[in-house]
Amino acid sequence: MSTLLEVRNLTKIYGEPGEHTLERTGPRAGTNICPDTEAIVACANVSFDLYPGEVLGIVGESGSGKSTVVKLLYFDMERTLGSAWLKPYLDGHSDILDASGQQKRYIRNYLMGMVYQNPRDGLNFRFTSGGNIAEKLIMAGHMHVGKIRERASFLLDRTEVPVRRMDDLPSSFSGGMQQRVQIAKAIANNPPLLFLDEVTTGLDVSVQARVLDLIRELQQELGIAMIVVSHDLSVIRMLTDRTLVMKHGRIVESGLTDQILQDPQHAYTQLLVSSLL
Amino acid sequence: MNIVEVQQLSKAFELHILGGKLIHALQEINFSISEGEVIGLTGKSGSGKSSLMKCVYRTYLPSSGAIRYASRSGVIDLASAPDHAVIALRRSEIRYCSQFLSVIPRVSALDVVCQFIGRSDDARAQASLLLERLGLPTELWDAYPVTFSGGEQQRINVARAIIARPRLLLIDEPTASLDASTKDTVIDLIRELRRGGTSVLCISHDTYTLNRLADRCLHLEGGRLVENIAYEQLVDSES
Repeated sequence: MSTLLEVRNLTKIYGEPGEHTLERTGPRAGTNICPDTEAIVACANVSFDLYPGEVLGIVGESGSGKSTVVKLLYFDMERTLGSAWLKPYLDGHSDILDASGQQKRYIRNYLMGMVYQNPRDGLNFRFTSGGNIAEKLIMAGHMHVGKIRERASFLLDRTEVPVRRMDDLPSSFSGGMQQRVQIAKAIANNPPLLFLDEVTTGLDVSVQARVLDLIRELQQELGIAMIVVSHDLSVIRMLTDRTLVMKHGRIVESGLTDQILQDPQHAYTQLLVSSLL
Repeated sequence: MNIVEVQQLSKAFELHILGGKLIHALQEINFSISEGEVIGLTGKSGSGKSSLMKCVYRTYLPSSGAIRYASRSGVIDLASAPDHAVIALRRSEIRYCSQFLSVIPRVSALDVVCQFIGRSDDARAQASLLLERLGLPTELWDAYPVTFSGGEQQRINVARAIIARPRLLLIDEPTASLDASTKDTVIDLIRELRRGGTSVLCISHDTYTLNRLADRCLHLEGGRLVENIAYEQLVDSES
């Protein structure tokens, strides 16, 4: 089986790194701030493969760099170092992080979807819920207004948003509903790869359960590969096949999700799992 | 033909919280499972039964040894196979059914049973058939299993594990909290799977279940395999 996404040595440093910045930061050093230059290493040397249809979790405490990884891959931030190859883009022969602005827009619009923790980051609050989905579809090359509307209403229905609210602004929706509109928008272009960044954080438990079930059902139905970022081990347990554990910007352990949760190898993961309520 | 060959399998847990203390859960285990064979796994609590099963499913990372599994696409060592290969096998051939049901909250019983096969009309029809055979009251089918009794949850768990007819079924105490007639149904269902070629590794403390189900039993003591015997012998030695 060939990989869908290959990520190698992905690194993001804020500020000027010194010669020893990478050695003097990370889990062993117990910090991600370089003592020499005060550069902040958000993530460093992050490497992993993702296979088609696989769900990968990234877990770690606040500031561990997990969100940075997906933001770099979705081009919300510029990497400092590292490469990523996405199979459907030039058959995986070209580093997507090296692509031009125009190519990056193409990759985002056609090959990726993103669901943010805060619906305000993923939705345009000046557009209606249907308008938000239409925006994504137009970006992905759809032109026929009737068909766009049809697809938008299908997606809203699929994500359990009442279709009659298609012409309402997201600001009039509840948090859970906004999140479902965001999911509908993110999958509108049938992307092979979807990023989910803390999508259930801040939702109350009953809404959280419905959103998790929706994500899992869509994943199974559409076979989308996903990278799920969460600090919540229960979310990781319910959604993902495989997990990366991050601390101070580095991957400290990776493995099958049930193995990470029941037979963690690294001292930090053992501590994290034993803190689970 | 052997579906599984376990060779010199050992598992130790290194507890960093206790200064790197090693807990030896399994030591030098050897056995095989042939196609369509049902193997019972017996032993006292803490003897290593669940650890052994979890090593085969790769929930536990074996410390040493090999678990050769004859998949449809060739032999693979589950002890060292890359994660994505194990994930692919879990999706298509190997199913693990733990003692306790674990589900996403607010998903109906019927949808939980369909979890690994999709929610098509056909899948739901199959799930309904299974739940009917297992005697789960129809009014519970659309309810959320979190609130169910232990026995009701167990029926959901078993149904979800067997619906896709895995090639290898790892099942932990499938009849523990069931009444006699439901127990017989579960035993029948697993026998039907076996007739279809499924190999089964089954942990149980229940002699009735093992008597009806297992071709032979492996007995564990302190993480070591002490006997690898036909079930009748185990009954004889206990009596």
